[in-house]
Amino acid sequence: MRNKAKYGLYLGCIAPLRYPGIESSTREVLKKLGIDFIDLEGVSCCPAPGVVRSFDIETWLALGARNLSIAEEKRVEMLTICNGCFDSLYESACSLDDEKTRKRVNDILVSAGVREYQGTTKVRHEVEVLYNEVGLEKIRSLVVNKLDLKVAVHYGCHFLSPSKYKKIDDPERPTILDDLVEATNAKSVSYRDKQACCGAGGGVRARLPQVALAMTEEKLKNITEAKADCIVTPCPFCHLQFDRGQKEMNYKYTIPVLHISQLLGLAFGINKEKLGFESHYVPVKLPARQWEER
Amino acid sequence: MEGRSTPKEPNFNFTKKIMDSGGDTLNLCIQCGTCTGSCPSSKITALRTRKLIRKAQLGLEDEIFSTDDLWQCTTCYRCYERCPRGVDVPSIIIILRNMAVKRGDLAEAHQKNAGYIINTGHIIPFGKKQEAMRKKVGLDPTPPTTLSSEKALKEVKAIVKKTGFDKLITGSDKSIKNEESNEK
Repeated sequence: MRNKAKYGLYLGCIAPLRYPGIESSTREVLKKLGIDFIDLEGVSCCPAPGVVRSFDIETWLALGARNLSIAEEKRVEMLTICNGCFDSLYESACSLDDEKTRKRVNDILVSAGVREYQGTTKVRHEVEVLYNEVGLEKIRSLVVNKLDLKVAVHYGCHFLSPSKYKKIDDPERPTILDDLVEATNAKSVSYRDKQACCGAGGGVRARLPQVALAMTEEKLKNITEAKADCIVTPCPFCHLQFDRGQKEMNYKYTIPVLHISQLLGLAFGINKEKLGFESHYVPVKLPARQWEER
Repeated sequence: MEGRSTPKEPNFNFTKKIMDSGGDTLNLCIQCGTCTGSCPSSKITALRTRKLIRKAQLGLEDEIFSTDDLWQCTTCYRCYERCPRGVDVPSIIIILRNMAVKRGDLAEAHQKNAGYIINTGHIIPFGKKQEAMRKKVGLDPTPPTTLSSEKALKEVKAIVKKTGFDKLITGSDKSIKNEESNEK
């Protein structure tokens, strides 16, 4: 039987290897929403745009093409849950639309004993799929815990930018993620420089950690001023930077960080264990009313 | 003249090299400075995007590669989103980084990241601790990626060999160990 799933869940690295609660929440949330998906067996790192692409564009394209070809073979769209993976795969797919580039990269794949990439895979981001394909109405209807939270929404850079190619929402004044957050009854608070970068991208966290942290702190300051109960991101790497960043600042700030899948999981009443808050450094202490044990 | 730097000779061969590698929007820049004004890194580092682009336009190779400026960019794309001339600054920076790496400028932390990809298919290490964390949230201990498939990992290794990435990263004598991670 041919699989009927529309999506292949692309995990990346940070979610499955550092914050498995993001992966398990995503699986649970997708099931609740009735989204058919399969695993993309044998995929690798996207590979990370800030590092691998910075070192060698050709390797970045070839490893990306291999991942894209796995989804292509299964005839599914790639569903990403990380801005880095989304950006890397989306942009490699764009580059590989060019026949000459595709031919060149396929020559590498073939000589490495890997299937060719025909150029047909669609790369999607979870937030955009939930908003455009599932819709807020259905999401609202599944909320069993109406969240009474003030949320600092952090979009992260590579979900919407470069907008010339992605065309999802206005990169300067987006609303798509705020709307999704508010579908849980939580309130998205505005804060200074909301669209600013978390500081981790482009290989900066690894090579110049103090620079990354200074940018993170600027955000944390602004989020604190807005009296938010938590930060919600659609990106495990931003999530990691905010969560570990606060540890690296010796918990000068202690604002809990949630991936959008974890927030939705909370609102959908998914088992607390599966939300995986235990792997966070900053304890996910939310105002008590969210925590009716079931 | 005191206080002024000596004029530099432009090297348009280098400029052409950048443009031929995909940085073809480089010569559209009119030096308005919107990029620098939008850059979150410039608030805390010496990176001045407009200046970097000017140096690239003039092909001032030595100046570009003699500082850490190239690596202060988080590729947040604010500059690209706001550029009135459509200069794809992040791509130009990435092209310049590719050149810097070929010249041997690769941070140790980055060398490690790349090594993990070569050895496991993932950019960060994975070990017993992480397996346990996965089990706790009801997942298979190993994700269904290159970590679960020898055949898949072999493909990744063959690709990086073919593109020369393994040699580029390890240099001549540095070997990369696949350390097991003790992180949470």
